[in-house]
Amino acid sequence: MNRLKSGEVNLGTSIMAVQFDRGVVIGADSRTTTGSYIANRVTDKLTHVHDRVYCCRSGSAADTQAVADIVHFYLQQYSQQSGTPPPVHIAAAVFQKLCYENKDALSAGIIVAGWDKDVGPSVYNIPLGGGLFRQPWAIGGSGSTYVYGYCDATYQEGWGRDETVNFVKNTLSLAMSRDGSSGGVIRMCVITEEGVERLFVPGDQLPKFWEGREVLGAAAKKVLEPVPMAVE
Amino acid sequence: MDHFPTNWGRPRNDAYDAYGTHPIPQRPYNGHQDAFADAVQRTQQPIVTGTSVLAIKYKDGIMMAADNLASYGSLARFKDVQRLHPVGQYTVLGAGGDMSDFQYIQHMLEQLSIDEFTCQDGHNLGPAEIHEYMSHVMYARRSKMNPLWNSLIVGGYKDGKRFLSYVDLLGTTYSASTLATGYGAYIAQPLLRKAVEGREDVLTEEEARKIIEDSMRVLFYRDARSLNKFQIATVTSVGVNISESIQLDTSWSFAEGIRGYGAQTQ
Amino acid sequence: MTSIGTGYDLSASTYSPDGRIFQVEYANKAVENSGTAIGLRVKDGVVFAVEKLVHSKLLVPGANRRIQSVDRHIGLATAGLLADGRNISNRARAEANDFRELHRSGIPLKEMTSRIGQYVQVYTLYSSVRPFGISTIVGGVDKDGPSLYIIEPSGVYFGYHGAAVGKGRQLAKTELEKLKLQEMSTREAVLEAARIIYLVHDDAKEKEFELEMSWIGDETNGLHLAVPKDLLDEAEQKAKEALETFE
Repeated sequence: MNRLKSGEVNLGTSIMAVQFDRGVVIGADSRTTTGSYIANRVTDKLTHVHDRVYCCRSGSAADTQAVADIVHFYLQQYSQQSGTPPPVHIAAAVFQKLCYENKDALSAGIIVAGWDKDVGPSVYNIPLGGGLFRQPWAIGGSGSTYVYGYCDATYQEGWGRDETVNFVKNTLSLAMSRDGSSGGVIRMCVITEEGVERLFVPGDQLPKFWEGREVLGAAAKKVLEPVPMAVE
Repeated sequence: MDHFPTNWGRPRNDAYDAYGTHPIPQRPYNGHQDAFADAVQRTQQPIVTGTSVLAIKYKDGIMMAADNLASYGSLARFKDVQRLHPVGQYTVLGAGGDMSDFQYIQHMLEQLSIDEFTCQDGHNLGPAEIHEYMSHVMYARRSKMNPLWNSLIVGGYKDGKRFLSYVDLLGTTYSASTLATGYGAYIAQPLLRKAVEGREDVLTEEEARKIIEDSMRVLFYRDARSLNKFQIATVTSVGVNISESIQLDTSWSFAEGIRGYGAQTQ
Repeated sequence: MTSIGTGYDLSASTYSPDGRIFQVEYANKAVENSGTAIGLRVKDGVVFAVEKLVHSKLLVPGANRRIQSVDRHIGLATAGLLADGRNISNRARAEANDFRELHRSGIPLKEMTSRIGQYVQVYTLYSSVRPFGISTIVGGVDKDGPSLYIIEPSGVYFGYHGAAVGKGRQLAKTELEKLKLQEMSTREAVLEAARIIYLVHDDAKEKEFELEMSWIGDETNGLHLAVPKDLLDEAEQKAKEALETFE
């Protein structure tokens, strides 16, 4: 029984959003795969849904794009009708509704983040089944499972912009280095009242962590030189 | 490697879809299949889940407890989730199972309460009505082959009467002076029965709290999907009260001297 | 009534040659015949009061309410045809539910008013329907604080500090204008509202009436509720006393 959508493009991803005092930082890797082939190595997974509301997408590229497009349409309509930019919680509620009501058909794990006048910065996580969870920081995608411990150990409340950007950058780099389905470059956005600032870390300038030898000691290094046979 | 939590702990087959490219509803089934396997309709499965809920009756009303964990397979994904939900002035609803379905139920009951409020006919929904309503909703959904994947405990106190009942994803209902869902039904229920049955009218709030805490501690020791961070709700003549999150003292020091698994003594 | 007999007043879908829709104007007459309804938007909330004319002594006290709750945070009072008021409040509740379903939060007053306004307006477009014979006062508290609107049978709506519709609206408006609504608390407004209803009631023409009151604000924890019995009794008592000194 093969129920695969054959050739489906998967965002086997590392995504993240973190709230700080004046805004949110969101970030993602850039790898898109079909099976083990990298279909796009410079994907932009940070998706605009309104001026100050973005989402990070993980799961099926087709599904999450479709959902993000619907929400984008809805938020345009909302802001035109109400005359005010949509609050983040409303964007999150619409995402949640779509993901919950179509849970049997979708494979979408989405993080919604942004800034609004009512509550300031906020981050919402909408995992697979379509639940809605507000969090100070959220990680998602296949790469995230490798870095829960790092985030728990590192995150602290009360950070400013730069510390938060560093946290996102380091976390994603660690996730990308362990998850085969994540990689490429790091894209980040800093969303504040003033605007959205794009940040970019090229794939050859990712923060580096421990990269020492996995087999310690000299034993591995000792290679017996072949000695030529004595010839008369 | 398989990134989908619904496959965690299932028989694996890396030869087939090694990179987990399948969408959730089409997850591969690697176990035994019979001739009728294709005819079985798939509904859904719980994804982000909560574990046990415990509840007992005591002298002044009812007491309920549930931890703050929402798991994602074996990953402890959300550690600050409230699984006890007040409904109106007389009722608490505790939920285990799928958290997105629980959120849906919360919104549904919110709407029900508003409809009741806007009537302003002097009637207020009590725990018995909420439970009856939920049992119909749960049964209707299982009959559509699309259940709300939860075990729920409805507890309350109204007109001087305590109320405690259970309803689950199949629409099964029962009531008793002690109730427990999930792992709690196996581990905590015997403890609760021993401590509560026959003493419902004499147990004080302090005694009830001790019973609940002792059971939650055992659950924390033995349920791999539990968390030592939970809330206690009481419903009494005063109304609904849901506590802040509580952490229990646990005991581990006895393990320090344990060596090996049999004959070893070093 | 120059319109009578001209034929232009038979349908809401027909204009008169000078650009009027007589059916809508007749709907306003239905409102003018009704007992007065007022709304006060004050510092920390909104108060509604209705002069409910009791047409039969056989009615159960409190029957045929003209103030309704639409959501936890929104109330509505109508003047005009009672049944039309019920229809509007049912529609308003459906809109409130709809909004909550999608947005997971309560509907803002402005949005609610706009939706009721659109609904009412549609009934001025077709020959197959009759415009609503009511003016609706919608009020409540949302994240931007208290607000109050009137929706007329034509579908137009405006925001107000003090609103009055029905028979005694002229006198009621005069009285409302004398009040410093923005400095008043809801508790004070309850007393003033009761006084105004008693004042505008014309006992020469109508015999009996019931004072129906509700409020929403800090005192009610943001819920639209009937004014509690003791406060209502106090307000009625003071209203009667004020009436004696007024004349």
